[in-house]
Amino acid sequence: MSDLAVTEAVAQPAVIGELGAKFGDDCQFQTTVDGIPTAWVPADRIVDVMRFLKTEVQSPYPMLYDLSAIDERLRQHRDGQPDSDFTVFYHLLSLERNEDLRIKVALPESAAALPSITSVWPAANWYEREAFDMFGLDFEGHPNLRRILTPPLWEGHPLRKEHPARATELEPFSMSEEFQAAQQESLRFVPEEWGMSQSTKHTDFMFLNLGPNHPSVHGAFRLALQLDGEVVVEAVPDIGYHHRGAEKMGERQSWHTFIPYTDRIDYLGGVMNNLPYVMAIEQLAGIEVPPRAQIIRIMLAEIFRISSHLLFYGTFAQDVGQMSPIFYMFVDRERLFTIIEAITGGRMHPSWFRIGGVTQDLPEGWDVMVRDFIDYLPARLDHYHKMTMQNGILKRRTIGIGSYNTAEAIEWGVTGPSLRATGSDWDLRKKRPYGGYDQFDFDVPVAHNGDCYDRCVVRVEEMRQSIRIIEQCLNNMPGGPYKADHPATTPPAKERTMQDIETLIQHFLNVSWGPVVPPGECSVTIEATKGWNSYYLISDGGTGSYRTRIRTPSFPHLQMIPLISRGFMIADLIAILASIDFVMADVDR
Amino acid sequence: MDIGLLMIAPVLLGALVGAALLVWWERRLLGWWQDRLGPNRVGPFGSLQIVADMLKLLTKDDWIPPFADRVIFTLAPAAVVAGMLMGFVVVPFGPGLHVVDLNIGLLFFLAMTSLAVYGVLLAGLASNNKYSLLGGLRSAAQMVTYEVFMGLSIMGVVILTGSFNLSEIVRAQQDVWFCVPQILGLVVFTLAGIAEAHRLPFDLPEAEHELTAGYHTEYSGMKFGLIMIGEYMSVILTSAIMVTLFFGGWLGPDFLPPIVWFTAKTALIICFFVLLRAAIPRPRYDQLMSLGWKYLLPITLFNLLITGALALRGSA
Repeated sequence: MSDLAVTEAVAQPAVIGELGAKFGDDCQFQTTVDGIPTAWVPADRIVDVMRFLKTEVQSPYPMLYDLSAIDERLRQHRDGQPDSDFTVFYHLLSLERNEDLRIKVALPESAAALPSITSVWPAANWYEREAFDMFGLDFEGHPNLRRILTPPLWEGHPLRKEHPARATELEPFSMSEEFQAAQQESLRFVPEEWGMSQSTKHTDFMFLNLGPNHPSVHGAFRLALQLDGEVVVEAVPDIGYHHRGAEKMGERQSWHTFIPYTDRIDYLGGVMNNLPYVMAIEQLAGIEVPPRAQIIRIMLAEIFRISSHLLFYGTFAQDVGQMSPIFYMFVDRERLFTIIEAITGGRMHPSWFRIGGVTQDLPEGWDVMVRDFIDYLPARLDHYHKMTMQNGILKRRTIGIGSYNTAEAIEWGVTGPSLRATGSDWDLRKKRPYGGYDQFDFDVPVAHNGDCYDRCVVRVEEMRQSIRIIEQCLNNMPGGPYKADHPATTPPAKERTMQDIETLIQHFLNVSWGPVVPPGECSVTIEATKGWNSYYLISDGGTGSYRTRIRTPSFPHLQMIPLISRGFMIADLIAILASIDFVMADVDR
Repeated sequence: MDIGLLMIAPVLLGALVGAALLVWWERRLLGWWQDRLGPNRVGPFGSLQIVADMLKLLTKDDWIPPFADRVIFTLAPAAVVAGMLMGFVVVPFGPGLHVVDLNIGLLFFLAMTSLAVYGVLLAGLASNNKYSLLGGLRSAAQMVTYEVFMGLSIMGVVILTGSFNLSEIVRAQQDVWFCVPQILGLVVFTLAGIAEAHRLPFDLPEAEHELTAGYHTEYSGMKFGLIMIGEYMSVILTSAIMVTLFFGGWLGPDFLPPIVWFTAKTALIICFFVLLRAAIPRPRYDQLMSLGWKYLLPITLFNLLITGALALRGSA
């Protein structure tokens, strides 16, 4: 399959008709491999289109799921798509319809500007800043269009194709006195630039710099706080300290060699990160993954979900001052890592999924290890429940703190356990079963207050459900191959390489260059440990990705911090940070 | 008076070595309770770990931040340690085993621990760091609140004994330890004691997860060492006073000498403090204040009322 411009496809989603009826010839439609309806609209209509889709259309699209851009200038295969140097894409979600929608805007290089949609979606703020930072696109009317991931004085826009991807392509780095002075000066804290006032008639505020290095910010994350005594008047998050240019590396590496980089996006999610990436490639290349590989993937993904949630659980208790649980949970995680090590050879970042399957078959005795663990964990969880969740002080510290409702969560792009803590039962594994989840019997834990405590409750219950899933994997592990028999699987099958020249050449090319994936666009979303994680891959028919967009859950979750922490005390803010369960690598990529 | 002079050196040494050993012991105990090892490499069972730590602290750069108030910044840790050490002066380790037998011993103890809290407050203010400032503020609020209860909670004991003299108080417990008739006073004194010692769960002036290190964020080297030793000495002192006031001091069956009884009881209370640290989360600062004013104050007043009424009835 490849991209085709069609205005009337068979069995097209209703939204195409609705958009066509409202905006007429202004809308052009495109088909993509992932089947997400994709509409091109002119830049000057984008705000109208967004407002229409968010509020006016029947069964609207209330969630701005993703927003970024594509540098199209070097792309070869754009059959039927409108001319564009830079394409801004908006990924919307309707939970009511259970449908995605992608809106694209074509921009010429000479006038790379379009209206900001922050008036429709406040959550677009950070996304537009990121697109400005990475591509140099001007979002007119944006309240605060500054760099967000790179330092304020960075030169160039990293995701433009002309920007080098390796330091070796640049002059050796040297820091002159003036350069250093300018950099230092650019970091000077001016409250007004952060949207804070120094004082009111009765109060002089104190400004506290929480982070980027602070015990409770879980990585390199900075919050500028405006305080009245210990009460948080305003909290402005500052991110980018963990930015490594993962999306740029996606364009630099081959399809296969990017897999290890995905492990390090949500670095607590391990192979869970590989999953949406390899699934997107498999969809582009048309690879059917054999059942055994699917179930092995699910089992490992759930093991990593437990591992990540355990760490969350422990640090959550620790951040409200309970010292011991984290140590018990590290012991449990160590057991998990022993299993992961036995199966994959790695621990936190095994990079173990492959295009078309997994690296190896399960080792002998894996079932005994996994069974031991699923017999062991529930009793421990009961113990932790008494120690932590039933502790009166912890309850008083977290109940009613930092709460939001389902509508707010959707408005701000909150997904995963943090969304389900508000009463929504949206779990992608149930609503859009991917990769074999439809074969499993498990419940979706839900809580209702959307506060710090409930965010923890949901995650604790999810661990029990993950145990159920793992147990079903254990009892029903199918036989058969662990990797698809397809020319694009990596590393390719080796059995016949020494027998005929064709397979030898095929093997040689696939190992040296890596597989060639047919041109197309595909986005795959999964229910990752912290929320919904997508890889939007664009292939230009090469051995590597043309554009890799990584949509991570932690990014919008952090953007919401000011909203849920105003008026609370510093100690509450720490509880809020702990309950969000973010990883800075997952935010900055 | 001779015995008092002779006691100075052992008490001074005992308090310092005890505090040092406690650092190690607490880490081992926490390690044991938390399913891990704790320091176990230097010396037998890691007991020389503290020596290694001290050597490291002594050789560190003695840095005073340029923006801090030099004089107070330097004096504050000394005030913490001096206050605590002075507190040990009145502790009766056995019959006649004390540096001085003040007839206002209990008041002297209260005065000296308050001095140590001033050290914490001044350390926070003199650092001129925002985290330290918040820590100092919390410390001040905590001091105002918990000093009141600490004083009130032991008034019951004073009523029952009719004396502020600590040795007298111990002797008054021949028949029954005061932890029985003064159970409410014991509870309040324990909570106030933890708050005064800035120990988890009431370590709000320090509150690592909120204020990085609170009032001692800017301290390093031996000045930090002093603050830390001061904290551990305050744990020992509070435990020792608790034993004296509520658990019969040196009293115990005759097969062991009184000082051993005293030490054993104090050690047990110290372990209890460590257990609290391992088990309980930290309340929020306003919650701690409201716990103090809304619950502990009525309890202590009630306790005082009942004890006073019973004492009057007894004497009438």
